[in-house]
Amino acid sequence: MANVKRSPWLIHYDGSSCNGCDIEVLACLTPIYDAERLGVENTGDPMQADILLITGGINAQAEPVVKQIYDQMPRPKVVVAVGVCACTGGVFKDCYNIKGGADTVIPVDIYVPGCAARPQSIIDGIIQARDLFQKRSEEHDALVKAGKTYEDLKKEQEAKKEEENG
Amino acid sequence: MVTRIILILCYILLAPCLGGILEGFDRKISARMQGRIGPPIRQPFFDVIKLYKKQYIVVNHSVHFLLLSYAALMILTGCMFYGGTDLLLCFFVLSTAATFLYFAAVITNSPYSTIGAQRELVQMMAYEPAVLLTAVGFYLATGSFNVSNIIHSDYSLIVKMPGFFAAFVFIMTIKMRKSPFDTSASHHPHQELVKGITTEMGGKNLGVFNITEWYENIFLLGVVALFIINKNPWSYLAAVLVILAVYFLEILIDNTCARVKWELMLKMTWFVTLLCSGLNLLILMLVR
Repeated sequence: MANVKRSPWLIHYDGSSCNGCDIEVLACLTPIYDAERLGVENTGDPMQADILLITGGINAQAEPVVKQIYDQMPRPKVVVAVGVCACTGGVFKDCYNIKGGADTVIPVDIYVPGCAARPQSIIDGIIQARDLFQKRSEEHDALVKAGKTYEDLKKEQEAKKEEENG
Repeated sequence: MVTRIILILCYILLAPCLGGILEGFDRKISARMQGRIGPPIRQPFFDVIKLYKKQYIVVNHSVHFLLLSYAALMILTGCMFYGGTDLLLCFFVLSTAATFLYFAAVITNSPYSTIGAQRELVQMMAYEPAVLLTAVGFYLATGSFNVSNIIHSDYSLIVKMPGFFAAFVFIMTIKMRKSPFDTSASHHPHQELVKGITTEMGGKNLGVFNITEWYENIFLLGVVALFIINKNPWSYLAAVLVILAVYFLEILIDNTCARVKWELMLKMTWFVTLLCSGLNLLILMLVR
C-alpha cells in the first residue's frame, strides 16, 4: 500500500475570515513550525491539492467559490475547517450575510477550533487530516480496483438506504 | 556499441532516481538555507507516487498524450546524448520536447495555464541562443559535434570555453525552473499565476511532468559534465564535483533571488549570452 500520507498538499482558502487564522496557517510554513517537514506543500491549485484548509464563515459570495474549489479537487480529498468561524460561524453566526460554518456548504472532516487557531492546533489538524487522507486513498484504491466510479458508489449507498428505510 | 547501449539503459532507468534524489536534496538544502528542517530526501518520490494514486481529472484528454510526447522526446534527447551522438541534434529534440509542453498547457484554455505557457515560450527564446552557441562552441573547440568525440579530447574543454560554460550555467537557472527566472511555472511559495504552466495538470499528468523534469535535469547536468570530461578517467570524478557545485549554485540563486519580469529575464540572458559566449566564440574563431 502506498504511503500517500507522507505527501499531503494543501490548498488554503479564506471564506470570509478576518485574516487572523490565515496568518496562523501561513505561520505553520515558517521556520518555527515548518509544516513542510511533514511533506506539506502549499499548492494553491485545487487540481493538485489533497487537503482543503478553509478559514472564516461562509457568506453568500464565498459559497459558490468554496463549492467550486471542492469540486475541482480530485479524490481522495479531506476538508479541514480552521478557526471557530469556519467551524460554526463564530461571532459572525447571526450576521445577515453569513450562512454559518464551512459545513453548511461542503462536507467538513476535521474541525480545528480557536480564535485565531494556534499553529500547533492547525498542524495537529493537518496530521489528523493526512491520516484520514491515507484511509480515503486506500478506499479509493479498492474502488479503482473494483472498476467502479464514485457515482456507482453513491447509487449503491442510496439503494442501501432505501432498503433500510423499507 | 555495447557500452553505448548500457549507458542509454542506465540513463532510462537511473535518471529518474538520480533526478528525484537531487530534487530531494534541493528541497532539504533550501529548507536549511531558510532555517527550516525540511522534508525527507525521499519526499519527491512520495509526491509522485501519491500523484499517480489520485483520481484522474482532466480538462482535455489530449493533455495526457501531449505530456507523454514531451516525456518521450525528453528521454530521447537524453538517450541520444548519453549514446554519444550529435550534440546539435540533442538540443533540437530538446526544443521540440519543450514545444509539446507548451501545447499541453495551452490546449486546456485555462487563463493561468495559457499565460504560463506563453512565458515558457519567452523562456525558450531567452535560453535557446546560449544553448545553440554552446553546441557551436564544442564544434569549434574539438572539430566535432559528436559527444563521443568530445569526451575523448586531450584536456577539459572548459579551458578553451569558459565563456560558454558561464552562459550555459546561467541559462540552466531557466531550464531548471529556479527562482529569478521561474516565470512560467511559479514554484510553490509564490504563486502569482496559481501554478503557471502546470495549473491544469493534476494527478498522473503532474506525475509525468515531474518525472520528465528529472530526466531533463540529468541531461542538462550531463552537458555540464561535457565541459570537464576528457581522456583522463579522473576527469569523470572532477565532472561529478563540478555538477554538484553547479547544482548547489542553482539552489543558492533560487533562495537568494526574487522572481524577475520576463523583459528583464530576456535582457539579462541575452546580455550574458552575447558577452560570455560571443566573446568566447570570437576568440575561438580567431585563435584556432
